[in-house]
Amino acid sequence: MRLSIHHRTAYRFTAPQARLVQMLRLTPQNSHDQTVARWRIDVDCDALLREGRDGWGNAVTMLYAEGPLDGIEIAITGEVLTSHSDGVLHGVHETLPPPVFLRATPATAPDPAIAAWAAEMASGVPMLTALHRINAGVHARFAPDAGRPDPELTAGKAWLRESATARDAAQIFAVAARSIGAPARYVSGYRCLAREARATPHGWAEAHVDGLGWVGFDPDTGLSPEEEHVRVAVALDAVGAAPVAGSRLGEGDERLDVEVRVSEA
Amino acid sequence: MGQDAFDEIMGTTGGPPPRAELAALGRWLSVTSDTELRRRQQSAEAAFRQLGITFAVYGDSDASERIIPFDIVPRVFLHDEWARLSEGLVQRVEAINAFLDDIYGERRILSEGVLPADLILSNPQFRPEIAGIRPPHGVWAHICGIDLVRTGPDDFFVLEDNARTPSGVSYMLENREAMLRLCPELFREFRVAAVDSYPDRLLEVMKSVAPHGVGAPTCVVLTPGHYNSAYYEHSFLADSMGIELVEAVDLVVDDDIVWMRTIAGRVKVDVIYRRVDDDFLDPLVFRPDSMLGVPGLIAAYAAGNVAIINAPGNGIADDKAIYSYMPDIVRFYSGGEAKLPNVETWRCREPEALKYVLDHLDEVVVKLVDGSGGYGMLVGPTASKAEIAAFRAALVAEPHRYIAQPTLALSTVPTMAERGLAPRHVDFRPFVLTGSKGVQVVPGGLTRVALREGSLVVNSSQGGGTKDSFVLMDDAAPMTQTIGGMTQSMGGGA
Repeated sequence: MRLSIHHRTAYRFTAPQARLVQMLRLTPQNSHDQTVARWRIDVDCDALLREGRDGWGNAVTMLYAEGPLDGIEIAITGEVLTSHSDGVLHGVHETLPPPVFLRATPATAPDPAIAAWAAEMASGVPMLTALHRINAGVHARFAPDAGRPDPELTAGKAWLRESATARDAAQIFAVAARSIGAPARYVSGYRCLAREARATPHGWAEAHVDGLGWVGFDPDTGLSPEEEHVRVAVALDAVGAAPVAGSRLGEGDERLDVEVRVSEA
Repeated sequence: MGQDAFDEIMGTTGGPPPRAELAALGRWLSVTSDTELRRRQQSAEAAFRQLGITFAVYGDSDASERIIPFDIVPRVFLHDEWARLSEGLVQRVEAINAFLDDIYGERRILSEGVLPADLILSNPQFRPEIAGIRPPHGVWAHICGIDLVRTGPDDFFVLEDNARTPSGVSYMLENREAMLRLCPELFREFRVAAVDSYPDRLLEVMKSVAPHGVGAPTCVVLTPGHYNSAYYEHSFLADSMGIELVEAVDLVVDDDIVWMRTIAGRVKVDVIYRRVDDDFLDPLVFRPDSMLGVPGLIAAYAAGNVAIINAPGNGIADDKAIYSYMPDIVRFYSGGEAKLPNVETWRCREPEALKYVLDHLDEVVVKLVDGSGGYGMLVGPTASKAEIAAFRAALVAEPHRYIAQPTLALSTVPTMAERGLAPRHVDFRPFVLTGSKGVQVVPGGLTRVALREGSLVVNSSQGGGTKDSFVLMDDAAPMTQTIGGMTQSMGGGA
């Protein structure tokens, strides 16, 4: 598929900011099943951008802007060619061995209820089957929630709800997979779905299966990601892979507006 | 315990005799009255209080700031003893640097099966956030404090490695200054190596690891602020090196370059001696709620534009769970056996070791793998039944969090106690510096002494004190060095 992506992130501040430093994880990388044909980051103010890479292997862009700033708008436009892979990753640049992804974070802390459920799903079946069952099981358990995710919500607390955002479902998947011994991580990126009412940056999960490698799981659909998914960044949880990590120098609050359009080019 | 232990100055009844080289110190102790020794000790402590060399005691709301007690009787290392120790320390610190470079790079030590991979990869001290970054000149542990204990004339063991931000060097320097002022006769009797070059050596090390192509590097000390218990040391070191003491708010990162705000405008910073933990270095990479951090610092570091001393991620090298593998680590990187042995250690994560420890809780010392400062520690022989029961439950619940060691008969040094001079157990923290030109050991260090009779816990937070540590020079070394050191030291403070 040839996917065209427009992603606009706008921050409005209630008081002018003297300085902004942001780390952007907004650049997809090439792999066997994903080729970045065109990609650019535009900022609506005078800002310095520096390319780099973080410890997880993600491409990062540091953004430095001097104030006074009432707001900042970051616009991404790009085109990515994807191919069908059955969810198995090929040719992705990995910087860390899979066992690192058995670690917990505050948002993905081990949870007895999730672990007990995952153990049931995994009972008597091979690891890959167990992970597919967990993926389908998380999908079936929750009604979709298209609202904005609550960054404070842990997987353990999200498990007790009736609906889940894609982010929460992916973090629940990661906690479940780790509890049965499969390294798992959060993936941030984009997805092109016709049915999607309000497009947002998407999040799903990946788990490592011995002998097969990293495999994608999107508990929001209950299926493995296919050519409609564009991988951008990975980390242990959603905060770690967030498209924008920022620090500003100034008083007041901020309002965030995000607009995403993903379509077949 | 006290009766069987090796006394470094007096020898041991029925054991090693007093060392002939130290006879003069024994004589000095017998001719100087206790009253006089106490007077000098009080004078030293008064000076420390005036300087503000205090520390905060956790869990003690009555006395939030105290001075660490100072003991007037020095601890002495003979020249050849020190030469052997130094060799072992250099070897160990070289291995620590090689280990860090490997573990955040190729991870050869894991692929070759020398260490169990999960020990590193699941350890919170291994920081994936900085994997793949190589510090300028490949130096990671610029300042190491290697804690040693002694059980006999030739028996030294490493108790733990400190490769993050080891503290205590200001005590080494201030204790020496006090001794020069209060006991000048000892420096006429003994040829004591000077320690007052430490700040110059440290500054040289900092400059040597500046990013390539920087002509006259700007170096700073980064402190969490004056509420930190070691703030005195931070300001003391910045002051004695003649460089700026900064807090996070004084630094900004722009275009992957670190700048210091000054009244004359921005100044580019090349080397940061940070005394803040990794978690508080950069809120964009580590803890997002950190107010102490500098946003963008890790990006500047990854781009090779600033050296951070010590490097982020070093905690994996001084983790107590890793400690027990240090002999293997030294062998792997140096190709030889460790010249300084470890204390025998049971890893409670291993079922057989756990069983042994649970069966011998009243004999062993149990430590949390991620604890420090003497917190979360059980000293079996002196513990109450309730303490032992509490540790037993904790060990069974989370065995991987603990290691255990035999209770060692730590050496003693005569110490001014309530009823006069008495043997008290000591340990020792030498400071080892690594720059782009190699590793050096400062001829001195911090001797900590357990002031309570029979106690083996020397941590200042647990009632420990400090002593000056003399390293005797080779007879062939020029005497002027000592005298020069004295003069310089005496001019510097009090």
